[in-house]
Amino acid sequence: MVGQEGKGVVPQGVVRGRDPGVVLGLRLLSIGPLLILGLLVVGVALVTPAFLKPINLGNILAQTSVIAIVAMGQQLVILTRGIDLSVGSNLALSTVVGGLVFQASGEAVPVIAAMLATGALVGAINGTVYVYGRLPHPFIITLATLSICRGLALALAPGHTTMRGMPEAIGALGAQSLLGLPLGVFVVAAVAGVLLVVTRLMVAGRWIAAVGGNPQAAVSMGIPVKGVLVATYVISGLCAGIGAVVLAGRTDAASPVYGQLLELDTIAAVIIGGASFLGGRGHLGHALIGAVLIGVIRNALNLLNVEVFYQMVALGVSIVLAVEADVLRSHLEARARVLQARAQ
Amino acid sequence: MTDPILSIRHAHERFGASRALDDVSLDAWPGEVTGLLGDNGAGKSALVKCISGIHALDEGQMLLHGAPVTLTSPAAARAAGIETVYQDLALFDNLSPAQNFYAGREIAGPAWLPRPLRFLNKPAMRQNAAEVIDRLQVRLPHPDTPVAMMSGGQRQAIAVARATVFARNIVLLDEPTAALGLREARKVLDLIARLRDAGNAVILITHNMEHVTELADRAVVLRQGRKVGELKPEAGSRQELVALIVGAEQ
Repeated sequence: MVGQEGKGVVPQGVVRGRDPGVVLGLRLLSIGPLLILGLLVVGVALVTPAFLKPINLGNILAQTSVIAIVAMGQQLVILTRGIDLSVGSNLALSTVVGGLVFQASGEAVPVIAAMLATGALVGAINGTVYVYGRLPHPFIITLATLSICRGLALALAPGHTTMRGMPEAIGALGAQSLLGLPLGVFVVAAVAGVLLVVTRLMVAGRWIAAVGGNPQAAVSMGIPVKGVLVATYVISGLCAGIGAVVLAGRTDAASPVYGQLLELDTIAAVIIGGASFLGGRGHLGHALIGAVLIGVIRNALNLLNVEVFYQMVALGVSIVLAVEADVLRSHLEARARVLQARAQ
Repeated sequence: MTDPILSIRHAHERFGASRALDDVSLDAWPGEVTGLLGDNGAGKSALVKCISGIHALDEGQMLLHGAPVTLTSPAAARAAGIETVYQDLALFDNLSPAQNFYAGREIAGPAWLPRPLRFLNKPAMRQNAAEVIDRLQVRLPHPDTPVAMMSGGQRQAIAVARATVFARNIVLLDEPTAALGLREARKVLDLIARLRDAGNAVILITHNMEHVTELADRAVVLRQGRKVGELKPEAGSRQELVALIVGAEQ
């Protein structure tokens, strides 16, 4: 994984071949999103005191939790140079399948299992078709499943519309809180914990980073690249399924129109959070910071009575800025390489 | 005289209509550097791909320590003790040198778990890598710096060092000095000499006549997929080698 440098640790005893400007630039870029989040929170709090009220903060976290969960799966896919456009439709289909199971059984466990299984199955289809269908880019298959899942969700939902009601245990995710935090936040923490162990401590995480860093070399080094890629799409789909449970709980409903533009939100979260489209660069923190950043931007614009259309404009502008920062980072790294060569 | 570690016998390889390898035989002995020379498209890359397990031979035989082997994947080649330093280095820019060394063969446990779910033994990998880098006297920035931040020479050194960690028989180097300046190339040549002195059979693919005459114990020349000559390179045989490579005698 990205190891120590992600934490902004200054390497000891590496004066040789280092330009302080380059080092400072790279460090600023690595903590940039967190810095911006901090400044944004302070700024918004100064302008609109309502922002810091516990109920508002709780709202932000509750609204952010679905984006955060799905963005963590998206982050793994983007880490391998891929993209998962199907997450929003996948989430909608998962809630609808869960809703149908609820109507049939009324129990919480089968409903949750159905949502998770649907999400993971769509992910498995994405990964399998992409890898074994030898598609040039996952864009294509996940765009196809975006359409397929939405269509299926609408077709399966009785009356092609929202289905009210969820088992009590799932509804508690939205209605109840613990230690002053909405329960969805704890789902985010649990998913983050599991993924943290996989990506940081396990061989699988190293393989995902390697496939993202250099897919060709990963083949040469004997890493099972195809399996790794399929696995990342399954995880992304599973995260959409988990997001479906949380959203269904919060709204006490299942709906074929859930998750519209969730692919945009999650991709934006990963990129704005500081991960790279260039492959192999990024960690869960990026997805989480990005999700909160989006939540805060939206909430702030709401509190400031800015029309909702401009929220979309703001999100788009943030994406461009984040990608430019990514380009700047690779430029600085190239500069660091030149300096290393001169110092030899 | 010892036996060759690696023998290629009557190798044939086709890509569609073109013949990449046409009845090529080659031996590599322990503690020797075998230079593999040829113009672009002469079949060097095809031969490298066969030895490193990327392509299977269409016809012919590969012998390791006298026993026939079939290498079906790069992983199989590496398991057989064949390490390859690829021309593009096959490094992971986002990973540190130690992570690069062990990518695909991580030290991890416990053994009863499926490989992907095993836990990395990071201290062991980091320490082993540091020892190798130290032994080879490669100067690198902080060990946790990603390879993306390193110079061409340092990257080349990391790729060669990775091969030295695991090489047990054969090290194949594809144009290891092509992208380097004079001083950086010199360091890599030193590393190659160490690999040879450690008892490996080294196969060196290069365009650089100077490096061949300096390092190689034998030079094999390919042209249009055929082996057109094998000789002991000396300072005086450069003309002859060039003539073989371009086919000037015919």
